[in-house]
Amino acid sequence: MEIKKGIAVSPGISIVKSLIIDSEDYRIPRRKITPSQRLTEIQRVRNAFRDAIGELTQLEAKQNEAERSRIKDIFAVHLRFLHDRSLRKRITDLIQSELVTAEYAVSTVLREIAAHFSGVKDPYISERAADIYDMERRLLRQLLGRRREEVEHLSQEVAIIARELSPTQTAGFNKKFVKGLATDAGGRTSHTAIVARSLGIPAVVALEDLTEIVTGGDTVIIDGNRGIVIVNPDDETVRQYEDYSQEFGKLSHKLDAIREKPAVTRDGTKISVLGNIEFPDEAEQVLQKGGEGIGLYRTEFLYLNRPTEPTEQQHYEAYAETVRVFKHRPVVIRTVDLGADKYTQSKRSAPEPNPFLGLRSIRFCLQNLMMFRTQLRAILRASLLGQVKVMFPLITNLQEMMQAKMILRDVMEDLDEESIPYNKNVEIGIMIETPSAALTASTLARDADFFSIGTNDLIQYTLAVDRGNELVSTLYSAADPAVLRLIRTVVQDAHKAQIDVAICGEVASEPDYVMLLLGMGIRTISITPPMIPEIKQIIRSVRIEDCNNVARKILSMNSERQISSYLRNAARKILPEAF
Amino acid sequence: MLRKEVCEKIVQIKNADGLHMRPAMQFVDVANKFGCDITVSNGQNIVDGKSIMQMSMLAASYGTKLQIKAEGLDAEKAIDALRELVEKKHFGEPEPGDKKVKD
Repeated sequence: MEIKKGIAVSPGISIVKSLIIDSEDYRIPRRKITPSQRLTEIQRVRNAFRDAIGELTQLEAKQNEAERSRIKDIFAVHLRFLHDRSLRKRITDLIQSELVTAEYAVSTVLREIAAHFSGVKDPYISERAADIYDMERRLLRQLLGRRREEVEHLSQEVAIIARELSPTQTAGFNKKFVKGLATDAGGRTSHTAIVARSLGIPAVVALEDLTEIVTGGDTVIIDGNRGIVIVNPDDETVRQYEDYSQEFGKLSHKLDAIREKPAVTRDGTKISVLGNIEFPDEAEQVLQKGGEGIGLYRTEFLYLNRPTEPTEQQHYEAYAETVRVFKHRPVVIRTVDLGADKYTQSKRSAPEPNPFLGLRSIRFCLQNLMMFRTQLRAILRASLLGQVKVMFPLITNLQEMMQAKMILRDVMEDLDEESIPYNKNVEIGIMIETPSAALTASTLARDADFFSIGTNDLIQYTLAVDRGNELVSTLYSAADPAVLRLIRTVVQDAHKAQIDVAICGEVASEPDYVMLLLGMGIRTISITPPMIPEIKQIIRSVRIEDCNNVARKILSMNSERQISSYLRNAARKILPEAF
Repeated sequence: MLRKEVCEKIVQIKNADGLHMRPAMQFVDVANKFGCDITVSNGQNIVDGKSIMQMSMLAASYGTKLQIKAEGLDAEKAIDALRELVEKKHFGEPEPGDKKVKD
């Protein structure tokens, strides 16, 4: 049994056999077969050679004799290699003696040969390593292509394990039998995450070397709630997970019952519970879970999922799809928050030394006006379809906010000139996620229609902690007095200016914090869709008076540890059943 | 019973770029026309003269001496044909000092 921790991107539990999809772009891990599988694997190698020869012969025939003689020569050389018995024997011998898969044997032998060429001093010969890699890929394509067909014709339930899944790989899935996904690479916006959520199956990504640990056919537990994958679990673990999975099913069933009920405290205070989404297809889930709108629509996916910048129409369609789901309920579209991510950094000529303090988010937009204006145009056009609001992220000072608003007004004028309709009274808000914005909230509130507190970045910047860095991540806490005082300031300043203030960070989806947030005066929260029923349940079980007492008590405390333990106890006392 | 013929000869690589892929291909193509077994040695390794993988991995550069050994009925003919390819035609490629043919 081996336990791997990754990032949970789609909730649920599944306990099934694994099916591995390798990719020709990456090193194929060593994977064992049983002695009885040897003949099958050797036959697979023979078939791959046969089909690669067929493919190459056709390619060679297509080349024009006169001008392309060099290319023809290359194909001719490759064909000689594929016909070379001693090459094939080396591969099948490896399968015989080491009991490994056809893919691994092909990849290993050809890479050994390539390494041999690379080691030769004569550059004319050493460059031939590229030819060998080309042959490796051609053979792997044959082998893996047929694996892909197997995925299309599944007959039993499996979890798909891969380094990373591409759209072409997932397009052919037989959805009836794919019960979970787990990948070595990927993040919340990866293709795997989108597919899993749209299929409603559990998925965990960023598992680093999972494909090297799992052998096809191994039983795996994919825990999409906690971001864990367990390979070859023992009986005890399987039993525990079966119970947990049932509990989870029952709980979500029970919570589904409160979907239609409003989020009102026992003493009658109405709280707006909205959903945070990344992709248009999640909008439906927010509705299903009983969310009353979208409090944070992240728009980065539009840039991360395609090779070129999205067009205005692509922006518009993504927004329109979501807004139509919610009709007249609010949809807050956050303008793009790119810059500190791998995607943008890799496109730069030189990566920034400190991207989180660099050209990110609104700063990035204000320096890439064409891109920014395209998005704003699309948002404005979509504003006619429902109750759209625009939100600017990572504002650090008044000037930035005014600049962003000025550009928005400029885009509005363009639309006026072109007689393109939009909602002229569209609300414009900002995210409060830097200490400087929190401290100047009273000033910013004069020119903003609403605030949304992004606690994830606010905590990181206030406490100077990178939560991804395990050496300091324990310092990262929403219960730190510094963070709580900033939140209180923002809420008070918003109330004074009579504008809405919401919380859209992860803290809002933590059951322990609900009472504190309500007690500090928050009346709108925006959270990840799967958590909506649970948080709503808690809201319906508390009284504002009690929440106020909790908040008053907490704000007089000076240590993070004291605060978090007080919060835990208070929550358990009032709502033992939710914990 | 077949009479076994054994024939050996040392040849020298004369084309400037050495025994890279295309010459190796020509070599095995010629070798495969004959029924005899053909091995090639560069003094360190002995390889099958009919296998492009093994021949190309010899990575014989300009000036390298190769010992070709043929065993079988047509051994002598095979050796002659291979020697002609390597030393006379030098794989149809330029020798050092020839005007370099542009790629």
